[in-house]
Amino acid sequence: MKHHYDVIIIGAGLAGLRAAIELGEETKVAVISKVFATRSHSGAAQGGIGAALGNEEEDSWEWHMFDTVKGSDYLGDQDSIEIMTQDAPRTIYELEHIGVPFNRTAEGKIAQRAFGGHTSGFGKAAVKRACFAADRTGRVILDTLWEKSLQRGIRFFDEFHILSLIVQDHQCCGVTAYEIATGEIHVFHCKAVLLATGGAGKIFKTTSNALASTGDGMAVAYRAGAPLEDMEFVQFHPTGIYKLGILISEAARGEGGILRNNEGERFMERYAPTIKDLAPRDMVSRCILEEIRAGRGIDGKDYVHLDLTHLGQEVNDSKLAEITGFARTYAGVEPNKEPIPVQPTCHYMMGGIASNADGQVVLDSQGSTFAGLYTAGECACVSVHGANRLGCNSLLDTLVFGRRSGKEIRKFIHSIGLPPIAEDVAQQEKEKLQILMDRPGDENYGAVLAEMQAVMMDKVSVFRTQASLKEALEKIRELQQRFTRVSVGDRGNCFNRELLDVLELDNMLDLAEVIAAGALFREESRGAHFREDFPTRDDNKFLVHTLAGYRPEKEPQIFTKPVTITRFQPQERKY
Amino acid sequence: MKCQFTVFRFDPAADESPRYQEYRVDAEPTDKILDCLNKIRWEQDPTLAFRASCSHGICGSDALTINGHVGLACQKLVRDYKTANNFVIEPLPLFKVIKDLVVDMNPFLEKHRSVKPYLINDEPPPEGERIQSQKDQTVIEPALRCILCASCTASCPISRSNPDYVGPAALLRAFRYVYDSRDTATGSRLAGLDGNDGAWGCKTMWWCTDVCPKGIPVTRCIGQIKRAIKQKDKKP
Ligand SMILES: Cc1cc2nc3c(=O)[nH]c(=O)nc-3n(C[C@H](O)[C@H](O)[C@H](O)COP(=O)(O)OP(=O)(O)OC[C@H]3O[C@@H](n4cnc5c(N)ncnc54)[C@H](O)[C@@H]3O)c2cc1C
Ligand code: SF4
Repeated sequence: MKHHYDVIIIGAGLAGLRAAIELGEETKVAVISKVFATRSHSGAAQGGIGAALGNEEEDSWEWHMFDTVKGSDYLGDQDSIEIMTQDAPRTIYELEHIGVPFNRTAEGKIAQRAFGGHTSGFGKAAVKRACFAADRTGRVILDTLWEKSLQRGIRFFDEFHILSLIVQDHQCCGVTAYEIATGEIHVFHCKAVLLATGGAGKIFKTTSNALASTGDGMAVAYRAGAPLEDMEFVQFHPTGIYKLGILISEAARGEGGILRNNEGERFMERYAPTIKDLAPRDMVSRCILEEIRAGRGIDGKDYVHLDLTHLGQEVNDSKLAEITGFARTYAGVEPNKEPIPVQPTCHYMMGGIASNADGQVVLDSQGSTFAGLYTAGECACVSVHGANRLGCNSLLDTLVFGRRSGKEIRKFIHSIGLPPIAEDVAQQEKEKLQILMDRPGDENYGAVLAEMQAVMMDKVSVFRTQASLKEALEKIRELQQRFTRVSVGDRGNCFNRELLDVLELDNMLDLAEVIAAGALFREESRGAHFREDFPTRDDNKFLVHTLAGYRPEKEPQIFTKPVTITRFQPQERKY
Repeated sequence: MKCQFTVFRFDPAADESPRYQEYRVDAEPTDKILDCLNKIRWEQDPTLAFRASCSHGICGSDALTINGHVGLACQKLVRDYKTANNFVIEPLPLFKVIKDLVVDMNPFLEKHRSVKPYLINDEPPPEGERIQSQKDQTVIEPALRCILCASCTASCPISRSNPDYVGPAALLRAFRYVYDSRDTATGSRLAGLDGNDGAWGCKTMWWCTDVCPKGIPVTRCIGQIKRAIKQKDKKP
């Protein structure tokens, strides 16, 4: 089936919905999502969204900007960070006006709490900057935006899985998508496409991400010629529930929770004397693993304790209700009485599809753009998070740049007509899928997936070396070969999950290769990327963004792009 | 430990009527029911269809009937059931089956839409936030926990007998906006809910409250709508 729209948005998380609302009034726009909209992983965001409202304590957007730049280990582009932090208060008020039910202060203003790496006075002391609704901030924002989109009458294609971008004469003019309930291939012909497909945490064994976080949009764009930027920067959140990876938000430490080793010691005091447990995530994750390496994990195992027992039942059961519930259900501990066993969990991709602050996909170091193709949210790299994202800055990123993309797209579509596309696009996709379905295979999908997740976790996570990365790359290439022999056993057309699993695995294998290749290239340690063989930051050689270009049947082509520095010159990063 | 799973299967393209299929799964007591279903799909039978995403009870995808009780497959663990490691897995009741454990959620969403699930306030907003007291925010807090999993509506005896009844999940959403101190459409909202397909359809049977995986006092919230309708002249 063929559809015509002005704009197609892929992804119904915060980024996609915010852009849709921006465009909804006067343009013909549809949102495609492989899971039903409110199942998008934005709904899992717990802790909060950052903005210098100053409702609880004195604050300023310049401090927020400085914290974000420093948190990024000076790799974030400062022009974009300035846009984001300056626009943050307006973004929060706008959410409040459309109905987001934030927690309130005693005067009835939006309540705020402390979060890792957010400080006042350019790094002097922790500051309350995270606006929140208990520990279900993402859930309530997602619901509110979705319901606003319903009110606007925006068309949703839920449970449609995109397969590829339609590119004609270097311009993106549509997408092909697979309807999960029927197996039918749909062609969406349009003037502009926005990719807002979220993260890719499922590449790693232990993750806070959803089954749907498989990086499809990044992979599809990459194969269509859009470079991926800074993919080696993968955030490991310090506090995932031991073995399961389910997130215990930084809000737990923002409310006063403390990390302890097997001696009961508050070890973060040693590593970050000023802000202690509220140091940024890359640091805290490394510190936890250092403690474990030094034999100070609990019972000699690879986890430490997150202690919330002193916060009191009132705080635990109201402001942290969801996460204390997770601890009870999944870890079997009562957080009012016992500490929660935690270890780092793969959480967020700082890297993504290279883009500028207006959501345009960028092709090279000169900033040339990919006509008709836009991106926002976790799958994009603007870059505002650089080498390490601060908590609460992702929800902000999705909304600020989702809106800006919408505005830019509106300008673009008014300037052009609907470009022609080939007649046989659907047929081509159908044939590709048929080949996949028909190929005889002696390889098992589950085995290839598990081996990829294991090697990425063992060799490409918090600590990396040249040797570990080379081993990982070799393994990934072996898995890519084996993938060509993975067959699809399910012949059906209705909810054929196996076919989708296989398509997602293909995407993840490509991204895994880019992550490892970028990490091998970057011979320094910066933010979340830590090379044990190059343990310091090297601004002379590597104060640059990494770009990875797709080459069929070959390893990715790695090149670089300068970092934009405006207000804050790189300094040593201490907390 | 070995567990026996008896799973509802129905593929409209191949089956004339539903059937049950047996699987044996090696599971730990701490495994989620969802982990077991994933194992079946990844290791034994790729054709088994079910929905799931976040895997920790926040996206609302995987409400199922597990041993006769509605619950989220990712929130229920093997050790939660005292059925000698035997599990019967079926789709949500009430809804039409699309395939195996996947049901058609469209009627549920239609009802959701019918309660105008968005803030209505035509007064121009201030430059900053609207002021709302902590007390007013706390009133709607229970409803903010809802993940639209449909467990309550699927379990509701009234929804079963009256297909036009809007159902507990939609009423909970209505409650969220009726009691939001920032909403100005309270009167028309209450008028829309005043009927047997609306709030009065609820006969206080508590099934919704019993099954809700987020511990929301759904029946009590519906009761608050009824109270507001009775006092319609006063804004709640
Ligand atoms: C547990 C957890 C807690 C977090 N807490 C916070 C927090 O407190 N504060 C903060 O700032 N950030 C937080 N984050 C990060 C933040 O939530 C995410 O980065 C952000 O929500 C991503 O939003 P998004 O719109 O880019 O993508 P998502 O919300 O992930 O949405 C992706 C969308 O793309 C669609 N999609 C993907 N692939 C396809 C395909 N092939 N075809 C069709 N559609 C597709 C999906 O269906 C979905 O609708 C948290 C993250 C996690 C995992
Ligand atoms: S009220 Fe509870 S059971 Fe009903 S849809 Fe919401 S979360 Fe599910």
